[in-house]
Amino acid sequence: MEDDKILMVHGSGGSATGELIDKIFDKEFSNKTLDQMEDSAVVEGAGRIAMTTDSFVVTPAEFRGGDIGRLCVCGTVNDLLMRGATPKYLTCGFILEEGLSIDLLKRVVHSMAETAREAGVEIVAGDTKVVNGHGEIYINTAGVGFVPDDVEISAGRAEVGDAIIVSGTMGDHHAAILSERMEIETDIESDNAPLGDIVRNLLENKIKVHTLRDITRGGLGTVLKELSESAKKTFTIEDELIPVSPKVRDFCGLLGLDPMYMGNEGKLVAFVAAEDEERALEIIRNSKYGSGAVIIGHVTEDSDGRLIARTAIGGERELDVLQGEGLPRIC
Amino acid sequence: MDLASVREYLKNYDGPDMQIMEVCGSHTGAIAKNGIPGLLSPKIHLLSGPGCPVCVTPSSYVDKLIELSMNPKNCIVTFGDLLRVPGSTKRTLSSARGEGARVKMVYSPMDTIDLALKDPETDYIFAAVGFETTTPVYALLVDEVIRRDLRNVKLLTAIKTMPEVIRYLCESGAPIDAFIAPGHVSVVTGTKIYEPIAEEFQIPFGVAGFEGKELLAAIYGIVRSYGKGRVMNFYPSVVREDGNPQARAMIDKYFIVHDCAWRGMGIVPGSGKVLREEYRYLDAGSIGLDEDHKANPACSCDRVLMGKIRPYECPLFGKICNPLNPQGACMVSTEGSCFSYYSNHRTDG
Repeated sequence: MEDDKILMVHGSGGSATGELIDKIFDKEFSNKTLDQMEDSAVVEGAGRIAMTTDSFVVTPAEFRGGDIGRLCVCGTVNDLLMRGATPKYLTCGFILEEGLSIDLLKRVVHSMAETAREAGVEIVAGDTKVVNGHGEIYINTAGVGFVPDDVEISAGRAEVGDAIIVSGTMGDHHAAILSERMEIETDIESDNAPLGDIVRNLLENKIKVHTLRDITRGGLGTVLKELSESAKKTFTIEDELIPVSPKVRDFCGLLGLDPMYMGNEGKLVAFVAAEDEERALEIIRNSKYGSGAVIIGHVTEDSDGRLIARTAIGGERELDVLQGEGLPRIC
Repeated sequence: MDLASVREYLKNYDGPDMQIMEVCGSHTGAIAKNGIPGLLSPKIHLLSGPGCPVCVTPSSYVDKLIELSMNPKNCIVTFGDLLRVPGSTKRTLSSARGEGARVKMVYSPMDTIDLALKDPETDYIFAAVGFETTTPVYALLVDEVIRRDLRNVKLLTAIKTMPEVIRYLCESGAPIDAFIAPGHVSVVTGTKIYEPIAEEFQIPFGVAGFEGKELLAAIYGIVRSYGKGRVMNFYPSVVREDGNPQARAMIDKYFIVHDCAWRGMGIVPGSGKVLREEYRYLDAGSIGLDEDHKANPACSCDRVLMGKIRPYECPLFGKICNPLNPQGACMVSTEGSCFSYYSNHRTDG
């Protein structure tokens, strides 16, 4: 392509749009469904399918450890995985602002394609629009996954006695984005990653998984409080067991942030039947992106939905969802 | 003493009822975060005092900031916790931003220098709210503005000092038997500064750190010293008896003592600082911002700040006043006592 920036003409639907699709999107995403260039993709189905959609507006579009392309695949695939589905197909809608660097777009699309291959999904349909603006990029995705007949994983299924396992350290993505925006020198990297290996290994080993949730916006505190209300149970966790990397801990100390309320893009929390907890922990730790897994607490009793943290000095506090604004445009 | 014996003592304490006030917003947060109230005997009550800088700032200051922000030539530079504090009406800096005002959130006052250098056409007004802890940084900002001869940086100050308001609370007959003295403020002021108040009112002060163990140790020391006018330092790793004279010299270079208005308390003599006469040209109109009107007449932030009621005793608490829809400053700031009680479900005290 001759231009180095996205122009309004790239959204015309004419030859410039065709060139954009050929040279950037199809080059990276090519597969036999997409290559047909039909108005809609016709694909194989299954008995039960999981569907999800998400929009990605993260700024900056590229950050330490990832970019909006990798993020949009991980975010969508992880949402499917959290219902025990095997992710199969993705669609993507690009909204490009005039002035966007074409080199940046190429890198993002390349990263999307690579992450889709890693996650085992096919990108089967797409759309591009160009709008006025300041050269930013937004991506909307939809995802479809197949749910095996014997899998029943959902938010309300946690039972008293279940172990609460997180798959790794909290707050990495949030801290990476914030440090980029504040131009703070750190080497904290985003954790954005597809969590298929963890979920597949848990299911293949017949672990009794009751609930899965990826720990994104609002952080672990928000996710757990919401799940406690869905399950009508009290969750009791140990403050000292919440995994946070030393770098993120220092970063939070500096800015007065609480890792309990900072987002991730490659971590999940699993609620697993008591008799399976040790085996589940080992399986997650041996899975890709799960080496830092920890059992942080248990489901302790029936209630309206409470989240209790036991503190290092033996006290207790009750936690709520994130209050206030949080960090905008983190994903 | 080990942690287990301290806990046992505090849980089983059966002496006189004790009201212990913490006058530092970070302590309020740390007490909730460590679950300390549940570790104390029902005879030990923790009270949150006027220790959150945003909470004690009167409404006229917020009104003035909003007024300045609406001038297209200006840009307000502030820490995040001031954005959603209501002034005398429901308007906030955040809502003014929705009306087109320019407001920039920073994590360090010194970022104002970069902003001002990049855009000389705009007047950057830093909202300098705080206690002894942040004042040295405001002094450094002034120092840098003067050194670089920047003409487009000003400060709107609401700078307060802790010992004077502690004395005011004691004199006003507030039911306080002891103070957990602020950790960071004491780094600058030193511990000596509390001695005259401790002696005069025969109440103990314990300077505390922010870890659960440090707070428990301070509470233990304070409870053991019931009725004694003494100052104890439980944070000796960073707090010295005479504090940080260099930081105080920097403050004194640019600021002088001023009678200052506190939300809900009115003017407390000598409890604040303003820019010295010779540097007053850098001031955006801070003097005389003493008026204090509540956006919601039923808001009880003033009584909460004085330790007269607990946050959950306010008729608005948790009902129309919550962190998403704050009616008063104490529910806005993460250091505010209402915010801390609300988000940690605290019903103790």
